[in-house]
Amino acid sequence: MSALAHVAGDPAVDPAAPAPETRKRSWTAYLLLLPGVLWLGVFFLLPLVQLAAVSLQSRYPGFPGYYYSDVNFSNYAAALTDYAPHFARSFVYAGLATLFAFLISYPLAYAMAFKAGRWRNLMLICVIAPFFTSFILRTFAWSQILADEGWVVGVLSFLHLLPGGSIINTPVAVVAGLTYNFLPFMVLPIYASLERADPRVIEAGGDLYANGITTFRTVTLPMSMPGVLAGTLLTFIPAAGDFVNMELLGPQRGKMVGNVINDQFLAVPGGYPVAAALSFTLMTAILVMVFLYVRRFGTEELV
Amino acid sequence: MTTTTSAARRTRAWLAQHVVMLAAITALLYLFLPVAYTFAFSFNDHGRSNIVWQSFTWEHWQDPCGVAGVCESLVTSLQVGAISTLVATVLGTMMALAMVRYRYRGKAASNVLIFVPMATPEIVMGAALLTIFVQGFSNIGVNLGFGTIVFAHIMFCLSFVVVTVKARIQSLDPRIEEAAQDLYASPMQTFWKVTFPLILPGIAGAAMLAFSLSFDDFIITNFVSGNESTFPKFVYVASRRGIPAEANVIGFSMFVLAVLLVVGAQLVGSARASRIKK
Repeated sequence: MSALAHVAGDPAVDPAAPAPETRKRSWTAYLLLLPGVLWLGVFFLLPLVQLAAVSLQSRYPGFPGYYYSDVNFSNYAAALTDYAPHFARSFVYAGLATLFAFLISYPLAYAMAFKAGRWRNLMLICVIAPFFTSFILRTFAWSQILADEGWVVGVLSFLHLLPGGSIINTPVAVVAGLTYNFLPFMVLPIYASLERADPRVIEAGGDLYANGITTFRTVTLPMSMPGVLAGTLLTFIPAAGDFVNMELLGPQRGKMVGNVINDQFLAVPGGYPVAAALSFTLMTAILVMVFLYVRRFGTEELV
Repeated sequence: MTTTTSAARRTRAWLAQHVVMLAAITALLYLFLPVAYTFAFSFNDHGRSNIVWQSFTWEHWQDPCGVAGVCESLVTSLQVGAISTLVATVLGTMMALAMVRYRYRGKAASNVLIFVPMATPEIVMGAALLTIFVQGFSNIGVNLGFGTIVFAHIMFCLSFVVVTVKARIQSLDPRIEEAAQDLYASPMQTFWKVTFPLILPGIAGAAMLAFSLSFDDFIITNFVSGNESTFPKFVYVASRRGIPAEANVIGFSMFVLAVLLVVGAQLVGSARASRIKK
Protein backbone atom coordinates (compact mmCIF):
# COMPACT_ATOMS: atom_id res chain seq x y z
CA MET A 1 0.00 0.00 0.00
CA SER A 2 2.94 2.35 0.43
CA ALA A 3 3.18 2.73 -3.33
CA LEU A 4 -0.45 3.87 -3.44
CA ALA A 5 0.14 6.45 -0.75
CA HIS A 6 3.11 7.44 -2.83
CA VAL A 7 0.95 8.13 -5.88
CA ALA A 8 -1.52 10.07 -3.77
CA GLY A 9 1.30 12.41 -2.77
CA ASP A 10 2.67 11.43 0.58
CA PRO A 11 3.61 14.80 2.06
CA ALA A 12 6.66 13.22 3.71
CA VAL A 13 8.38 13.10 0.33
CA ASP A 14 6.82 16.26 -1.07
CA PRO A 15 9.39 19.04 -1.11
CA ALA A 16 6.69 21.66 -1.71
CA ALA A 17 4.84 20.84 1.50
CA PRO A 18 5.12 23.60 4.09
CA ALA A 19 6.91 22.99 7.35
CA PRO A 20 4.65 21.38 9.94
CA GLU A 21 2.96 23.94 12.12
CA THR A 22 2.73 23.02 15.74
CA ARG A 23 0.39 25.93 16.48
CA LYS A 24 -2.52 24.23 14.74
CA ARG A 25 -4.49 21.90 16.97
CA SER A 26 -5.20 18.65 15.25
CA TRP A 27 -8.88 18.32 16.25
CA THR A 28 -9.65 21.00 13.67
CA ALA A 29 -8.11 18.69 11.07
CA TYR A 30 -10.34 15.81 12.15
CA LEU A 31 -13.43 18.04 11.97
CA LEU A 32 -12.46 19.15 8.47
CA LEU A 33 -11.83 15.57 7.36
CA LEU A 34 -14.85 13.98 9.03
CA PRO A 35 -17.68 14.67 6.51
CA GLY A 36 -15.63 13.67 3.47
CA VAL A 37 -14.21 10.55 5.13
CA LEU A 38 -17.70 9.55 6.28
CA TRP A 39 -19.03 10.00 2.74
CA LEU A 40 -16.27 7.85 1.26
CA GLY A 41 -16.79 5.32 4.03
CA VAL A 42 -20.53 4.97 3.43
CA PHE A 43 -20.56 5.26 -0.38
CA PHE A 44 -17.18 3.76 -1.32
CA LEU A 45 -15.79 1.39 1.33
CA LEU A 46 -19.09 -0.03 2.63
CA PRO A 47 -20.36 -0.83 -0.91
CA LEU A 48 -17.07 -2.62 -1.63
CA VAL A 49 -17.56 -4.73 1.52
CA GLN A 50 -21.09 -5.51 0.37
CA LEU A 51 -19.77 -6.38 -3.10
CA ALA A 52 -17.30 -8.79 -1.51
CA ALA A 53 -20.13 -10.37 0.49
CA VAL A 54 -22.31 -10.69 -2.62
CA SER A 55 -19.45 -12.33 -4.51
CA LEU A 56 -19.60 -15.16 -1.97
CA GLN A 57 -23.39 -15.56 -1.95
CA SER A 58 -25.25 -18.57 -3.33
CA ARG A 59 -28.47 -18.64 -5.34
CA TYR A 60 -31.69 -20.19 -4.09
CA PRO A 61 -32.22 -23.02 -6.55
CA GLY A 62 -35.30 -22.30 -8.63
CA PHE A 63 -35.63 -18.67 -7.52
CA PRO A 64 -33.58 -16.51 -9.88
CA GLY A 65 -32.72 -13.18 -8.30
CA TYR A 66 -32.73 -14.51 -4.72
CA TYR A 67 -29.52 -15.20 -2.83
CA TYR A 68 -28.47 -16.23 0.63
CA SER A 69 -25.30 -15.34 2.53
CA ASP A 70 -22.65 -17.94 2.12
CA VAL A 71 -18.93 -18.41 1.66
CA ASN A 72 -19.15 -19.77 -1.85
CA PHE A 73 -15.91 -19.43 -3.77
CA SER A 74 -17.36 -21.18 -6.83
CA ASN A 75 -18.41 -17.74 -8.11
CA TYR A 76 -14.72 -16.86 -8.39
CA ALA A 77 -14.00 -20.16 -10.11
CA ALA A 78 -16.74 -19.37 -12.63
CA ALA A 79 -15.44 -15.82 -13.04
CA LEU A 80 -11.90 -16.98 -13.74
CA THR A 81 -12.65 -19.95 -16.00
CA ASP A 82 -15.77 -18.95 -17.96
CA TYR A 83 -14.69 -15.37 -18.44
CA ALA A 84 -10.89 -15.63 -18.77
CA PRO A 85 -11.04 -14.60 -22.47
CA HIS A 86 -13.07 -11.52 -21.50
CA PHE A 87 -10.43 -10.47 -18.97
CA ALA A 88 -7.70 -11.05 -21.54
CA ARG A 89 -9.52 -8.90 -24.13
CA SER A 90 -10.10 -6.11 -21.61
CA PHE A 91 -6.45 -5.93 -20.66
CA VAL A 92 -5.11 -6.29 -24.22
CA TYR A 93 -7.47 -3.67 -25.68
CA ALA A 94 -6.86 -1.30 -22.77
CA GLY A 95 -3.11 -1.83 -23.07
CA LEU A 96 -3.12 -1.09 -26.80
CA ALA A 97 -5.32 1.97 -26.28
CA THR A 98 -2.92 3.22 -23.59
CA LEU A 99 0.04 2.76 -25.92
CA PHE A 100 -1.64 4.60 -28.83
CA ALA A 101 -2.87 7.35 -26.52
CA PHE A 102 0.71 7.81 -25.31
CA LEU A 103 2.05 8.02 -28.88
CA ILE A 104 -0.55 10.64 -29.82
CA SER A 105 -0.36 12.57 -26.54
CA TYR A 106 3.37 12.98 -26.10
CA PRO A 107 4.01 15.22 -29.15
CA LEU A 108 0.90 17.22 -28.28
CA ALA A 109 1.99 17.73 -24.66
CA TYR A 110 5.55 18.47 -25.79
CA ALA A 111 4.37 21.07 -28.30
CA MET A 112 2.16 22.70 -25.68
CA ALA A 113 4.97 22.87 -23.12
CA PHE A 114 7.87 24.00 -25.34
CA LYS A 115 6.67 25.18 -28.76
CA ALA A 116 3.27 26.78 -28.34
CA GLY A 117 4.34 30.11 -26.85
CA ARG A 118 1.33 32.40 -26.56
CA TRP A 119 -0.93 29.73 -28.09
CA ARG A 120 -0.39 27.51 -25.06
CA ASN A 121 -3.63 28.37 -23.25
CA LEU A 122 -5.64 28.07 -26.46
CA MET A 123 -4.19 24.61 -27.08
CA LEU A 124 -4.95 23.61 -23.51
CA ILE A 125 -8.58 24.66 -24.00
CA CYS A 126 -8.66 22.72 -27.27
CA VAL A 127 -7.53 19.57 -25.47
CA ILE A 128 -10.25 19.85 -22.83
CA ALA A 129 -13.07 21.30 -24.94
CA PRO A 130 -14.14 18.18 -26.92
CA PHE A 131 -14.81 16.50 -23.60
CA PHE A 132 -17.63 18.87 -22.85
CA THR A 133 -19.67 17.03 -25.47
CA SER A 134 -21.21 13.93 -23.93
CA PHE A 135 -18.80 10.99 -24.31
CA ILE A 136 -21.57 8.73 -25.56
CA LEU A 137 -22.38 11.24 -28.33
CA ARG A 138 -18.71 11.28 -29.32
CA THR A 139 -18.43 7.50 -29.24
CA PHE A 140 -21.53 7.26 -31.38
CA ALA A 141 -19.95 9.75 -33.78
CA TRP A 142 -17.01 7.33 -34.13
CA SER A 143 -19.46 4.63 -35.18
CA GLN A 144 -20.52 7.00 -37.99
CA ILE A 145 -16.93 7.98 -38.88
CA LEU A 146 -15.78 4.35 -39.06
CA ALA A 147 -18.93 3.06 -40.78
CA ASP A 148 -18.58 0.99 -43.95
CA GLU A 149 -20.01 3.84 -46.07
CA GLY A 150 -17.77 6.45 -44.37
CA TRP A 151 -14.77 8.21 -45.88
CA VAL A 152 -12.22 6.51 -43.55
CA VAL A 153 -13.10 3.05 -44.84
CA GLY A 154 -13.34 4.49 -48.37
CA VAL A 155 -9.82 5.93 -48.30
CA LEU A 156 -8.27 2.86 -46.67
CA SER A 157 -9.98 0.49 -49.12
CA PHE A 158 -8.82 2.66 -52.04
CA LEU A 159 -5.23 2.32 -50.76
CA HIS A 160 -5.72 -1.44 -50.29
CA LEU A 161 -4.89 -1.06 -46.62
CA LEU A 162 -8.07 -2.68 -45.37
CA PRO A 163 -8.15 -6.38 -46.25
CA GLY A 164 -11.24 -7.05 -44.11
CA GLY A 165 -13.17 -4.24 -45.81
CA SER A 166 -14.66 -3.07 -42.52
CA ILE A 167 -13.63 -1.34 -39.27
CA ILE A 168 -16.88 -0.93 -37.39
CA ASN A 169 -17.93 -3.95 -35.30
CA THR A 170 -14.32 -5.16 -35.06
CA PRO A 171 -11.81 -4.98 -32.17
CA VAL A 172 -9.95 -2.30 -34.16
CA ALA A 173 -12.90 0.06 -33.74
CA VAL A 174 -13.04 -0.71 -30.01
CA VAL A 175 -9.35 0.10 -29.53
CA ALA A 176 -9.79 3.26 -31.62
CA GLY A 177 -12.70 4.35 -29.43
CA LEU A 178 -10.85 3.59 -26.18
CA THR A 179 -7.76 5.46 -27.44
CA TYR A 180 -9.86 8.51 -28.24
CA ASN A 181 -12.03 8.53 -25.12
CA PHE A 182 -9.30 8.78 -22.51
CA LEU A 183 -6.80 10.94 -24.43
CA PRO A 184 -6.96 14.09 -22.23
CA PHE A 185 -6.17 11.94 -19.19
CA MET A 186 -2.88 11.16 -20.95
CA VAL A 187 -2.15 14.63 -22.37
CA LEU A 188 -2.76 16.69 -19.24
CA PRO A 189 -0.43 14.88 -16.77
CA ILE A 190 2.38 14.69 -19.37
CA TYR A 191 1.92 18.37 -20.13
CA ALA A 192 1.95 19.22 -16.42
CA SER A 193 5.25 17.41 -15.84
CA LEU A 194 6.88 18.85 -18.98
CA GLU A 195 5.74 22.35 -18.11
CA ARG A 196 7.41 22.06 -14.73
CA ALA A 197 10.66 20.96 -16.40
CA ASP A 198 13.28 23.65 -16.90
CA PRO A 199 13.91 24.10 -20.66
CA ARG A 200 17.49 25.15 -19.86
CA VAL A 201 18.22 21.60 -18.66
CA ILE A 202 17.16 20.32 -22.09
CA GLU A 203 19.28 22.98 -23.81
CA ALA A 204 22.20 21.87 -21.68
CA GLY A 205 21.84 18.41 -23.25
CA GLY A 206 22.38 20.01 -26.66
CA ASP A 207 25.28 22.10 -25.39
CA LEU A 208 26.98 18.91 -24.25
CA TYR A 209 26.87 17.65 -27.85
CA ALA A 210 23.98 15.22 -27.39
CA ASN A 211 21.86 14.96 -30.54
CA GLY A 212 18.11 15.52 -30.43
CA ILE A 213 17.23 11.88 -29.88
CA THR A 214 19.81 11.35 -27.14
CA THR A 215 18.71 14.51 -25.35
CA PHE A 216 15.12 13.36 -25.52
CA ARG A 217 15.90 9.87 -24.29
CA THR A 218 18.24 10.83 -21.45
CA VAL A 219 16.85 14.22 -20.34
CA THR A 220 13.33 15.07 -21.52
CA LEU A 221 11.64 11.69 -21.21
CA PRO A 222 12.96 10.93 -17.69
CA MET A 223 11.85 14.38 -16.54
CA SER A 224 8.33 13.71 -17.79
CA MET A 225 8.12 10.19 -16.30
CA PRO A 226 5.82 11.19 -13.40
CA GLY A 227 3.34 12.55 -15.96
CA VAL A 228 3.69 9.51 -18.22
CA LEU A 229 3.11 7.25 -15.23
CA ALA A 230 0.00 9.15 -14.08
CA GLY A 231 -1.27 9.38 -17.66
CA THR A 232 -0.93 5.68 -18.41
CA LEU A 233 -2.74 4.79 -15.18
CA LEU A 234 -5.54 7.31 -15.81
CA THR A 235 -5.97 5.87 -19.33
CA PHE A 236 -5.53 2.15 -18.63
CA ILE A 237 -7.80 1.89 -15.58
CA PRO A 238 -11.00 3.34 -17.11
CA ALA A 239 -10.27 1.63 -20.45
CA ALA A 240 -9.96 -1.81 -18.81
CA GLY A 241 -13.34 -1.39 -17.09
CA ASP A 242 -15.16 0.19 -20.02
CA PHE A 243 -18.07 -1.43 -21.80
CA VAL A 244 -19.57 1.47 -23.76
CA ASN A 245 -17.00 1.44 -26.59
CA MET A 246 -17.48 -2.31 -27.04
CA GLU A 247 -21.24 -1.89 -26.99
CA LEU A 248 -21.35 0.96 -29.55
CA LEU A 249 -18.36 0.08 -31.78
CA GLY A 250 -17.49 -3.56 -31.19
CA PRO A 251 -18.54 -6.95 -32.49
CA GLN A 252 -21.56 -8.88 -31.20
CA ARG A 253 -19.36 -11.70 -29.89
CA GLY A 254 -16.07 -11.45 -28.04
CA LYS A 255 -16.99 -8.81 -25.48
CA MET A 256 -14.91 -7.34 -22.66
CA VAL A 257 -15.27 -8.06 -18.96
CA GLY A 258 -17.08 -4.75 -18.39
CA ASN A 259 -19.88 -5.88 -20.71
CA VAL A 260 -20.25 -9.13 -18.78
CA ILE A 261 -20.42 -7.33 -15.42
CA ASN A 262 -22.94 -4.83 -16.75
CA ASP A 263 -25.17 -7.49 -18.33
CA GLN A 264 -24.98 -9.89 -15.38
CA PHE A 265 -26.00 -7.13 -12.97
CA LEU A 266 -28.64 -5.38 -15.01
CA ALA A 267 -30.00 -7.91 -17.50
CA VAL A 268 -29.46 -11.48 -16.21
CA PRO A 269 -31.69 -12.56 -13.31
CA GLY A 270 -29.59 -14.20 -10.64
CA GLY A 271 -26.37 -12.81 -12.06
CA TYR A 272 -25.31 -10.83 -8.98
CA PRO A 273 -22.86 -13.25 -7.29
CA VAL A 274 -20.81 -14.08 -10.39
CA ALA A 275 -20.88 -10.44 -11.53
CA ALA A 276 -19.68 -9.35 -8.09
CA ALA A 277 -16.88 -11.92 -8.24
CA LEU A 278 -15.93 -10.60 -11.69
CA SER A 279 -15.91 -6.99 -10.41
CA PHE A 280 -13.76 -7.91 -7.45
CA THR A 281 -11.33 -9.85 -9.61
CA LEU A 282 -11.09 -6.91 -12.03
CA MET A 283 -10.43 -4.45 -9.22
CA THR A 284 -7.83 -6.69 -7.59
CA ALA A 285 -6.07 -7.33 -10.90
CA ILE A 286 -5.92 -3.61 -11.63
CA LEU A 287 -4.70 -2.70 -8.15
CA VAL A 288 -1.96 -5.35 -8.36
CA MET A 289 -0.91 -4.07 -11.79
CA VAL A 290 -0.88 -0.48 -10.55
CA PHE A 291 1.18 -1.51 -7.54
CA LEU A 292 3.79 -3.38 -9.62
CA TYR A 293 3.86 -0.65 -12.25
CA VAL A 294 4.32 2.16 -9.75
CA ARG A 295 7.03 0.16 -7.99
CA ARG A 296 8.86 -0.44 -11.26
CA PHE A 297 8.61 3.06 -12.72
CA GLY A 298 7.67 5.24 -9.75
CA THR A 299 9.76 8.29 -9.06
CA GLU A 300 10.14 10.40 -5.96
CA GLU A 301 8.42 13.45 -7.38
CA LEU A 302 5.14 11.76 -8.30
CA VAL A 303 2.14 14.05 -7.83
CA MET B 1 25.09 22.79 -55.29
CA THR B 2 21.85 23.02 -57.24
CA THR B 3 18.83 24.94 -56.13
CA THR B 4 16.61 21.85 -55.91
CA THR B 5 18.76 20.18 -53.28
CA SER B 6 18.93 23.34 -51.20
CA ALA B 7 15.17 23.67 -51.48
CA ALA B 8 14.80 20.06 -50.40
CA ARG B 9 17.15 20.70 -47.52
CA ARG B 10 15.19 23.77 -46.51
CA THR B 11 11.96 21.77 -46.60
CA ARG B 12 13.54 19.09 -44.49
CA ALA B 13 14.87 21.64 -42.00
CA TRP B 14 11.43 23.25 -41.80
CA LEU B 15 9.83 19.86 -41.23
CA ALA B 16 12.37 18.96 -38.53
CA GLN B 17 11.68 22.32 -36.88
CA HIS B 18 7.91 21.95 -37.00
CA VAL B 19 7.28 18.21 -36.95
CA VAL B 20 6.22 18.28 -33.29
CA MET B 21 3.83 21.16 -33.90
CA LEU B 22 2.35 19.40 -36.94
CA ALA B 23 1.84 16.23 -34.91
CA ALA B 24 0.19 18.29 -32.17
CA ILE B 25 -2.18 20.03 -34.60
CA THR B 26 -3.08 16.66 -36.16
CA ALA B 27 -3.84 15.34 -32.67
CA LEU B 28 -6.07 18.35 -31.97
CA LEU B 29 -7.96 17.83 -35.24
CA TYR B 30 -8.41 14.19 -34.26
CA LEU B 31 -9.83 15.31 -30.90
CA PHE B 32 -12.35 17.58 -32.60
CA LEU B 33 -13.44 15.21 -35.38
CA PRO B 34 -16.30 13.51 -33.45
CA VAL B 35 -17.47 16.91 -32.16
CA ALA B 36 -17.70 18.09 -35.76
CA TYR B 37 -19.77 15.01 -36.58
CA THR B 38 -22.07 15.65 -33.62
CA PHE B 39 -22.54 19.24 -34.84
CA ALA B 40 -23.12 18.25 -38.47
CA PHE B 41 -25.66 15.57 -37.63
CA SER B 42 -27.66 18.01 -35.50
CA PHE B 43 -28.80 19.44 -38.89
CA ASN B 44 -29.67 16.07 -40.38
CA ASP B 45 -33.26 15.73 -41.54
CA HIS B 46 -33.26 12.09 -40.53
CA GLY B 47 -36.14 9.68 -40.64
CA ARG B 48 -36.35 7.01 -37.97
CA SER B 49 -32.64 6.87 -37.19
CA ASN B 50 -29.95 9.55 -37.34
CA ILE B 51 -27.06 7.44 -38.62
CA VAL B 52 -26.67 8.28 -42.31
CA TRP B 53 -26.76 11.83 -43.71
CA GLN B 54 -30.10 12.64 -45.43
CA SER B 55 -30.65 16.37 -45.92
CA PHE B 56 -30.24 19.69 -44.15
CA THR B 57 -32.80 21.14 -41.73
CA TRP B 58 -33.00 23.77 -38.98
CA GLU B 59 -35.89 21.89 -37.40
CA HIS B 60 -33.98 20.30 -34.50
CA TRP B 61 -32.38 23.60 -33.47
CA GLN B 62 -35.77 25.30 -33.44
CA ASP B 63 -37.26 22.72 -31.08
CA PRO B 64 -34.53 20.86 -29.15
CA CYS B 65 -37.15 19.45 -26.74
CA GLY B 66 -39.13 18.00 -29.63
CA VAL B 67 -38.31 14.41 -28.72
CA ALA B 68 -39.97 12.90 -25.66
CA GLY B 69 -37.67 12.67 -22.63
CA VAL B 70 -34.61 14.48 -23.93
CA CYS B 71 -35.12 17.76 -22.04
CA GLU B 72 -36.40 16.00 -18.91
CA SER B 73 -33.17 13.99 -18.81
CA LEU B 74 -31.14 17.16 -19.41
CA VAL B 75 -32.84 18.91 -16.47
CA THR B 76 -32.15 15.87 -14.25
CA SER B 77 -28.48 15.91 -15.27
CA LEU B 78 -28.18 19.64 -14.55
CA GLN B 79 -29.81 19.21 -11.12
CA VAL B 80 -27.64 16.20 -10.23
CA GLY B 81 -24.56 18.07 -11.44
CA ALA B 82 -25.35 21.21 -9.44
CA ILE B 83 -26.04 19.41 -6.15
CA SER B 84 -23.11 16.97 -6.49
CA THR B 85 -20.71 19.77 -7.43
CA LEU B 86 -21.76 21.92 -4.47
CA VAL B 87 -21.46 19.16 -1.87
CA ALA B 88 -18.31 17.55 -3.32
CA THR B 89 -16.57 20.94 -3.60
CA VAL B 90 -17.33 21.93 0.00
CA LEU B 91 -16.38 18.54 1.49
CA GLY B 92 -13.34 18.18 -0.78
CA THR B 93 -12.00 21.66 0.00
CA MET B 94 -12.32 20.97 3.73
CA MET B 95 -10.40 17.71 3.32
CA ALA B 96 -7.71 19.35 1.18
CA LEU B 97 -7.19 22.08 3.80
CA ALA B 98 -6.80 19.50 6.56
CA MET B 99 -4.44 17.36 4.48
CA VAL B 100 -2.06 20.19 3.57
CA ARG B 101 -2.18 22.58 6.49
CA TYR B 102 -2.54 20.29 9.53
CA ARG B 103 -0.73 17.46 11.17
CA TYR B 104 -2.89 14.56 12.25
CA ARG B 105 -2.70 10.84 12.80
CA GLY B 106 -3.64 8.70 9.83
CA LYS B 107 -2.41 11.03 7.10
CA ALA B 108 -1.12 8.16 4.94
CA ALA B 109 -4.47 6.38 5.34
CA SER B 110 -6.39 9.49 4.25
CA ASN B 111 -4.14 9.80 1.17
CA VAL B 112 -4.92 6.20 0.23
CA LEU B 113 -8.66 6.77 0.84
CA ILE B 114 -8.56 9.67 -1.65
CA PHE B 115 -6.45 7.80 -4.20
CA VAL B 116 -8.17 4.40 -4.33
CA PRO B 117 -11.54 5.67 -5.71
CA MET B 118 -9.62 7.25 -8.61
CA ALA B 119 -7.83 3.95 -9.28
CA THR B 120 -11.03 1.91 -9.17
CA PRO B 121 -12.80 1.26 -12.47
CA GLU B 122 -16.18 2.96 -12.61
CA ILE B 123 -17.92 -0.31 -13.31
CA VAL B 124 -16.69 -1.73 -9.99
CA MET B 125 -17.91 1.33 -8.08
CA GLY B 126 -21.24 1.17 -9.88
CA ALA B 127 -21.63 -2.53 -9.15
CA ALA B 128 -20.68 -2.07 -5.49
CA LEU B 129 -23.15 0.82 -5.08
CA LEU B 130 -25.91 -1.21 -6.74
CA THR B 131 -25.41 -4.14 -4.35
CA ILE B 132 -25.48 -1.93 -1.26
CA PHE B 133 -28.46 0.12 -2.47
CA VAL B 134 -30.48 -2.96 -3.39
CA GLN B 135 -29.47 -5.38 -0.64
CA GLY B 136 -28.60 -3.01 2.21
CA PHE B 137 -29.93 0.54 2.09
CA SER B 138 -33.29 -0.43 0.58
CA ASN B 139 -34.17 -1.74 4.06
CA ILE B 140 -33.92 1.83 5.38
CA GLY B 141 -36.06 3.30 2.64
CA VAL B 142 -33.44 4.17 0.00
CA ASN B 143 -34.70 3.38 -3.49
CA LEU B 144 -32.80 3.74 -6.73
CA GLY B 145 -33.46 7.13 -8.32
CA PHE B 146 -32.46 10.79 -8.14
CA GLY B 147 -31.10 10.53 -4.59
CA THR B 148 -28.88 7.53 -5.20
CA ILE B 149 -27.45 9.17 -8.34
CA VAL B 150 -26.50 12.25 -6.30
CA PHE B 151 -24.96 10.14 -3.48
CA ALA B 152 -22.81 8.28 -6.01
CA HIS B 153 -21.77 11.39 -7.93
CA ILE B 154 -20.65 13.22 -4.78
CA MET B 155 -18.56 10.15 -3.90
CA PHE B 156 -16.64 9.92 -7.19
CA CYS B 157 -16.24 13.72 -7.59
CA LEU B 158 -14.81 14.09 -4.08
CA SER B 159 -11.34 12.65 -4.78
CA PHE B 160 -10.86 14.82 -7.86
CA VAL B 161 -11.83 17.96 -5.90
CA VAL B 162 -9.41 17.07 -3.08
CA VAL B 163 -6.50 16.51 -5.50
CA THR B 164 -7.18 19.74 -7.43
CA VAL B 165 -7.60 21.99 -4.38
CA LYS B 166 -4.66 20.33 -2.60
CA ALA B 167 -2.35 21.26 -5.47
CA ARG B 168 -3.46 24.89 -5.18
CA ILE B 169 -2.96 25.02 -1.40
CA GLN B 170 0.46 23.39 -1.72
CA SER B 171 1.56 26.11 -4.12
CA LEU B 172 0.58 28.74 -1.54
CA ASP B 173 3.27 30.25 0.68
CA PRO B 174 2.24 29.44 4.29
CA ARG B 175 4.05 32.58 5.45
CA ILE B 176 1.24 34.70 4.01
CA GLU B 177 -1.17 33.10 6.46
CA GLU B 178 1.38 33.36 9.26
CA ALA B 179 1.71 37.08 8.55
CA ALA B 180 -2.06 37.49 8.90
CA GLN B 181 -1.97 35.69 12.24
CA ASP B 182 0.96 37.82 13.38
CA LEU B 183 -1.24 40.83 12.64
CA TYR B 184 -3.76 39.44 15.15
CA ALA B 185 -6.22 37.97 12.66
CA SER B 186 -8.27 35.16 14.17
CA PRO B 187 -8.07 31.75 12.44
CA MET B 188 -11.51 32.40 10.91
CA GLN B 189 -10.48 35.86 9.65
CA THR B 190 -7.23 34.43 8.30
CA PHE B 191 -9.15 31.79 6.39
CA TRP B 192 -11.88 33.99 4.91
CA LYS B 193 -9.76 37.11 4.25
CA VAL B 194 -6.47 35.50 3.17
CA THR B 195 -6.51 31.77 2.45
CA PHE B 196 -9.91 31.49 0.78
CA PRO B 197 -9.43 34.25 -1.83
CA LEU B 198 -6.02 32.82 -2.71
CA ILE B 199 -7.26 29.25 -3.23
CA LEU B 200 -10.52 30.32 -4.91
CA PRO B 201 -9.20 29.72 -8.47
CA GLY B 202 -8.31 26.18 -7.43
CA ILE B 203 -11.76 25.68 -5.90
CA ALA B 204 -13.43 27.06 -9.03
CA GLY B 205 -11.38 24.71 -11.21
CA ALA B 206 -12.27 21.78 -8.97
CA ALA B 207 -15.96 22.68 -9.14
CA MET B 208 -15.85 22.82 -12.94
CA LEU B 209 -14.10 19.45 -13.03
CA ALA B 210 -16.67 17.97 -10.64
CA PHE B 211 -19.57 19.29 -12.70
CA SER B 212 -18.20 17.96 -15.96
CA LEU B 213 -17.48 14.55 -14.37
CA SER B 214 -20.98 14.38 -12.95
CA PHE B 215 -22.74 15.71 -16.05
CA ASP B 216 -20.99 13.24 -18.36
CA ASP B 217 -21.07 10.16 -16.14
CA PHE B 218 -22.81 7.17 -17.60
CA ILE B 219 -21.35 3.93 -16.21
CA ILE B 220 -21.98 4.52 -12.49
CA THR B 221 -25.25 6.36 -13.17
CA ASN B 222 -26.51 3.41 -15.22
CA PHE B 223 -26.13 1.16 -12.17
CA VAL B 224 -27.72 3.40 -9.55
CA SER B 225 -30.39 5.35 -11.44
CA GLY B 226 -33.33 2.89 -11.46
CA ASN B 227 -36.00 4.45 -13.67
CA GLU B 228 -34.53 7.95 -13.51
CA SER B 229 -32.91 9.09 -16.77
CA THR B 230 -29.94 11.43 -17.10
CA PHE B 231 -28.79 12.96 -20.37
CA PRO B 232 -25.97 10.41 -21.01
CA LYS B 233 -28.33 7.57 -20.12
CA PHE B 234 -30.96 8.96 -22.51
CA VAL B 235 -28.37 9.13 -25.31
CA TYR B 236 -27.10 5.62 -24.59
CA VAL B 237 -30.56 4.08 -24.60
CA ALA B 238 -31.44 6.00 -27.79
CA SER B 239 -28.18 4.95 -29.50
CA ARG B 240 -29.59 1.48 -30.26
CA ARG B 241 -32.04 3.07 -32.69
CA GLY B 242 -29.89 6.05 -33.65
CA ILE B 243 -29.65 9.13 -31.46
CA PRO B 244 -32.27 11.81 -32.28
CA ALA B 245 -30.69 15.00 -33.65
CA GLU B 246 -32.23 16.95 -30.75
CA ALA B 247 -29.67 15.22 -28.48
CA ASN B 248 -26.90 16.42 -30.84
CA VAL B 249 -28.28 19.96 -30.53
CA ILE B 250 -28.17 19.78 -26.72
CA GLY B 251 -24.78 18.06 -26.62
CA PHE B 252 -23.22 20.61 -28.94
CA SER B 253 -24.82 23.55 -27.08
CA MET B 254 -23.35 22.30 -23.79
CA PHE B 255 -19.97 22.15 -25.53
CA VAL B 256 -20.26 25.77 -26.72
CA LEU B 257 -21.42 26.95 -23.29
CA ALA B 258 -18.53 25.19 -21.54
CA VAL B 259 -15.96 26.58 -23.97
CA LEU B 260 -17.33 30.12 -23.54
CA LEU B 261 -17.17 29.67 -19.77
CA VAL B 262 -13.54 28.46 -19.87
CA VAL B 263 -12.45 31.21 -22.29
CA GLY B 264 -14.29 33.81 -20.16
CA ALA B 265 -12.56 32.57 -17.01
CA GLN B 266 -9.20 32.75 -18.81
CA LEU B 267 -9.84 36.33 -19.93
CA VAL B 268 -10.94 37.42 -16.45
CA GLY B 269 -7.87 35.71 -15.00
CA SER B 270 -5.42 37.36 -17.38
CA ALA B 271 -7.14 40.76 -17.00
CA ARG B 272 -6.76 40.46 -13.24
CA ALA B 273 -3.13 39.38 -13.59
CA SER B 274 -2.27 42.37 -15.80
CA ARG B 275 -4.04 44.72 -13.35
CA ILE B 276 -1.91 43.37 -10.51
CA LYS B 277 1.24 43.88 -12.61
CA LYS B 278 0.36 47.54 -13.15
